[in-house]
Amino acid sequence: MKEGYELVYKRPKTLLDRRMHYCPGCFHSTIHKLFMEVVDEMNIQDKIVGVCPVGCSVFAYDYMDVDMQEAAHGRAAALATAIKRMLPDRYVFSYQGDGDLAAIGTAETIHACNRGENITIIFINNGIYGMTGGQMAPTTLEGQKTTTSPYGRDVAKVGMPLKMAEMVSQLQRVAYVERVSCNNPVNTRKAKRALKRALEIQGKNMGTSFIEVASNCPSGWKCTPVESLNWLNDKVYPYFPLGVFKEPPKE
Amino acid sequence: MGEIKFMKGNEALAESAIRSGLQGYFGYPITPQSEVIEYLSMEEPKHHYVVLQAESEVASVNMVYGAAAAGARAMTTTSSPGFSLMQEGISYIACAELPCVFANIVRGGPGLGTIQPSQGDYFQAVKGGGHGDYHLIVLAPNSVQEMVDHCSLAFDLADKYRIPAMLLSDGAIGQMMEKVVLPDPVPYKPDKPWATTGKTPDRPRNIITSLYIQSEDMEQKNKRLQEKYKLIKENEVRFEEYKIDDAEIILTSFGLSSRICKKVVDLGREKGIKLGLLRPITLWPFPSCKIAELAAQNRVKFFLSMEMNAGQMVEDVQLSVNGKKPVYFFGRAGGIIPTPDEVLHHIEGYLK
Repeated sequence: MKEGYELVYKRPKTLLDRRMHYCPGCFHSTIHKLFMEVVDEMNIQDKIVGVCPVGCSVFAYDYMDVDMQEAAHGRAAALATAIKRMLPDRYVFSYQGDGDLAAIGTAETIHACNRGENITIIFINNGIYGMTGGQMAPTTLEGQKTTTSPYGRDVAKVGMPLKMAEMVSQLQRVAYVERVSCNNPVNTRKAKRALKRALEIQGKNMGTSFIEVASNCPSGWKCTPVESLNWLNDKVYPYFPLGVFKEPPKE
Repeated sequence: MGEIKFMKGNEALAESAIRSGLQGYFGYPITPQSEVIEYLSMEEPKHHYVVLQAESEVASVNMVYGAAAAGARAMTTTSSPGFSLMQEGISYIACAELPCVFANIVRGGPGLGTIQPSQGDYFQAVKGGGHGDYHLIVLAPNSVQEMVDHCSLAFDLADKYRIPAMLLSDGAIGQMMEKVVLPDPVPYKPDKPWATTGKTPDRPRNIITSLYIQSEDMEQKNKRLQEKYKLIKENEVRFEEYKIDDAEIILTSFGLSSRICKKVVDLGREKGIKLGLLRPITLWPFPSCKIAELAAQNRVKFFLSMEMNAGQMVEDVQLSVNGKKPVYFFGRAGGIIPTPDEVLHHIEGYLK
């Protein structure tokens, strides 16, 4: 550090210095960074175990310098349940996309939340199957075009996009549910605050903490990163509103 | 030195798991094995393990994945339709090389089938019911005592080789009561430096995965697995011989049907037919060498595999005999237990 200079920003210690496979403009890398900043700030690298999904973030363990397990598609909540039951003094999180959490893994998600597992579920909802090349997700918006809904999502045929944050907030033993985003600095800071709060609530054994990220997918949405932010503002947030859906009881 | 009890097979299995240092059991009720989770739930307050009723067999097998990868002695049990649901998870567990124990208390199939005992899941257990090239160590108990013995053996073999091990039992052994000698509880101290328990400064992060996206890496993974399987084949084959030294006709049979075959051997010998029984205890690794050795002997006229299915292990017997002697089959499927008389009658048909 040069004399007279002040370090104001750096890569978190637990985020490995590697070139990420994520597409330009995708929120995955931002959320990875925010979450690892939280791990650093809480000084819990030796006390946290994560579970990766199948989807774009299948390689999250290549970037996060913490112990991690790779789950079968949709089963991350089942793995996280068992890790936490075996190691109750560790922090356990799953990091899952919408196909993983809200389609093939709906049962595992709902039941882990219903049991009130003391885990943190980070749910990246970008409304599309990114890794497999842009197919329709359970959270694809009405009318949104994907490779398997080339004429736009027909809700008469396939139903409405699933609102997972709203759904799990109905479950009694779920402690904390918030939907966040990273489309601007304010929301990004709020997202980090939510991730930290989720782990703090887990640390107090208060029940499941569930953070949904209203995310983007410039490649899958076939638009530029800037256009994807506009789509979030114009289309996504009106259907998937940001905010806190459930708070733990006051201590 | 051990405790003698009169116990049901499923409960004896559960008790043996506790005494083997069980830390996590995850299961879903299904007849005829629900007594395992019932027993463990009843006993839970007296011990330090976790028993959790999952929302499905799909979830319970993945909970076993999570617990085993966190370094715990983990187990699930089920019956045939449930074991089919678990196959995805078992394939992942096999690739991630996680030590854990399964028990399939087999009922008649296919489909929803029947709740009566069967050996129809031999192929699924031995050949790998899930995708990819993998094996489980498969033990086939034929008594309540062996439900106890094989459960602790399965845990030890699983840990020794970092491989999933399973008991292929059936609804009769699970449900019937017999005298058992229970071993003293073993204090279990896991030595699993690979487990995901939280990255400490003294080691790189631990990653448990079955994903090797580069073909070269995946091939190396397969090679390592095959080397391990070779080692297990060399060291862990187990079988029982019954009156085999002078036998001219070799019966092959596992699990419950091997008990029937012992009676067949005795009945046959009363009639002057020199029968003997070779009973594989490990179905994988299979005692191929022993069968090949018997097939090479001049006095042996033929083999007959007796199974409670439509003919499954008989294929492994044929491969082992490799054309040197005839290999016949007798079986009843769908939950029927054959009588010694009908088996002997069938054998006599080949002697005419």
